[in-house]
Amino acid sequence: MSESSPSSAQKPLSDQVMITLESVHKWYGQFHVLKDINLTVQKGERIVICGPSGSGKSTTIRCINRLEEYQRGRITVDGHELNNDVKQIERIRREVGMVFQHFNLFPHLTVLENCVLAPIWVRKQPRKQAEEAAMHYLQRVKIPEQAHKYPGQLSGGQQQRVAIARSLCMNPKIMLFDEPTSALDPEMIKEVLETMVTLAEDGMTMLCVTHEMGFAKTVAHRVIFMDGGEIIEQNTPEEFFTHPRSDRTKLFLSQILHH
Amino acid sequence: MSESSIAHVPHPNLPPPSNSIGAIGWVRHNLLSSPLNIALTLLAIWLLYLIIPPILRWAIIDATWSGDNREACHPGGACWVFIQVHFGQFMYGFYPDGQRWRVDLTALLLIFGAAPLFMHAVSNRLKVRLGLGLLVIYPVIAFFLLKGGSFGLPVVETSQWGGLLLTLVIAGVGMTAALPLGILLALGRRSRLPAIQTLCVTFIEFWRGVPLITVLFMSSVMLPLFLPAGMNFDKLLRALIGVTLFQSAYMAEVVRGGLQAIPKGQVEAAAALGLGYWKTMGLIVLPQALKLVIPGIVNTFIALFKDTSLVLIIGLFDLMNMVHNATTNPDWLGFSTEGYVFAAAVYWLFCFNMSHFSQKLEKRLHTGHKR
Repeated sequence: MSESSPSSAQKPLSDQVMITLESVHKWYGQFHVLKDINLTVQKGERIVICGPSGSGKSTTIRCINRLEEYQRGRITVDGHELNNDVKQIERIRREVGMVFQHFNLFPHLTVLENCVLAPIWVRKQPRKQAEEAAMHYLQRVKIPEQAHKYPGQLSGGQQQRVAIARSLCMNPKIMLFDEPTSALDPEMIKEVLETMVTLAEDGMTMLCVTHEMGFAKTVAHRVIFMDGGEIIEQNTPEEFFTHPRSDRTKLFLSQILHH
Repeated sequence: MSESSIAHVPHPNLPPPSNSIGAIGWVRHNLLSSPLNIALTLLAIWLLYLIIPPILRWAIIDATWSGDNREACHPGGACWVFIQVHFGQFMYGFYPDGQRWRVDLTALLLIFGAAPLFMHAVSNRLKVRLGLGLLVIYPVIAFFLLKGGSFGLPVVETSQWGGLLLTLVIAGVGMTAALPLGILLALGRRSRLPAIQTLCVTFIEFWRGVPLITVLFMSSVMLPLFLPAGMNFDKLLRALIGVTLFQSAYMAEVVRGGLQAIPKGQVEAAAALGLGYWKTMGLIVLPQALKLVIPGIVNTFIALFKDTSLVLIIGLFDLMNMVHNATTNPDWLGFSTEGYVFAAAVYWLFCFNMSHFSQKLEKRLHTGHKR
């Protein structure tokens, strides 16, 4: 993924706001993990968040579907404000798909059952309809032939593609990716990134925590650099990679681009 | 990856040396591999020679198998006539002779009702529905059949129930009630709500801290003291409640062990898909956790099954108490060995089958390769 094609990033975005984070703060005990995070994401926008480990990038996107609580600030997703109401949180989570570093597939269910579980139990779809939709998405991630296997029988790359299909089965408006390729062998990273690129081409709103800078250059509208719980810098990929403004960004880029 | 390499043809494997395979190889390798092993093998053979033949002689060769009183028995061998004569009592207790078909029918209903659960041809979803249906309907049917009082069946008081019937009733009710209760307690103990958590911890620690005998004594002797006069509920029911609450505390800790082994990512993935707490637990966490702790659950079940024999101290005549009772019958004094060997064999048969079934279940539910 080293080509830096001008990408589809130039497509005009609608001005409909999907996600807003307003001065979000989070503490783990004494430790200030997120410091005044402000972020607005448009519908169809694709954002890559990068930064050194422990910089709060995963925590930020995990706050958006409330897998992490935050102590101060406001988060609004698709017009609904996150609060402590369980029903409201579940409503938002239905519209926000998430892909994890360690896939988190359900090992006791087959690939197909993994995919239809939430549509059937959360969206109340009839089983047959849910299975048809699941097969459609498994086709899209190019593993329909694995539908009746268990996750443990698949390679890491295949498992991650199933995880993407599982999220898509809920027809989410937003997809969050939490280091989706970090646990994969190099030859499997490509297949997962390709799946994510097709997803991007369909206009999905995406927030992606990743160190795959090639992916950022190809598909992102905006790259955000975080360090120490703060957003240090954000810009278009072209500007971000060619003219980084802060010293910390420069240091980070030199470390991950020239090793 | 070049195409020009010479094809590699491996030399065919040599056959294994003839004295290292088969029965002879096994014996050489496992029993006679060193002087110490040879000595141990000889010692074991000598011990078996000392133990096995006398047991066989007593239990089978010199034993008396048929007759109708103690005079039929040869001295020196086991008198299985004792078991034969009392067999009805051992199975049904004091259940009236003419009504015993009701017990048989109850047992047959369970066997035929549950049979599809053990067939490979039946789909898993159907099994779940059938199992849940059985769990709800069967106890009601069994109760009316055994107790009677309606549909023209004469009433048989629970004080007349006994023998293996009573053992199975207590064990069956105890198991089917203790498992769900234990699951709820385990979930409660891990709850984030402090009130529920405290309640569950207190319950578990209380019931785990007292011996079952104490629980049974309290249920049969002390509880009536606290109840208003004239209000008296069934002794068997009280024992059932005592056994269930006692075992559910153990079950809760077994299940909790399984819950703790499920990675946090599973709950997060379920949450991210919009599943609520009960669906996450019921569809994702518990199926995996319970599968992990099948050995522990069955262990508790086996303990429960054997602990049912303690109800003899509150005057319920389960299998153990019936056998004990028969050995004190003046006409049949001196046959307690036969009686207790029989009781042990029945308990062992049930426990061994439970253990065997759990191993098969574990293999069947294994979906391979955990992360």
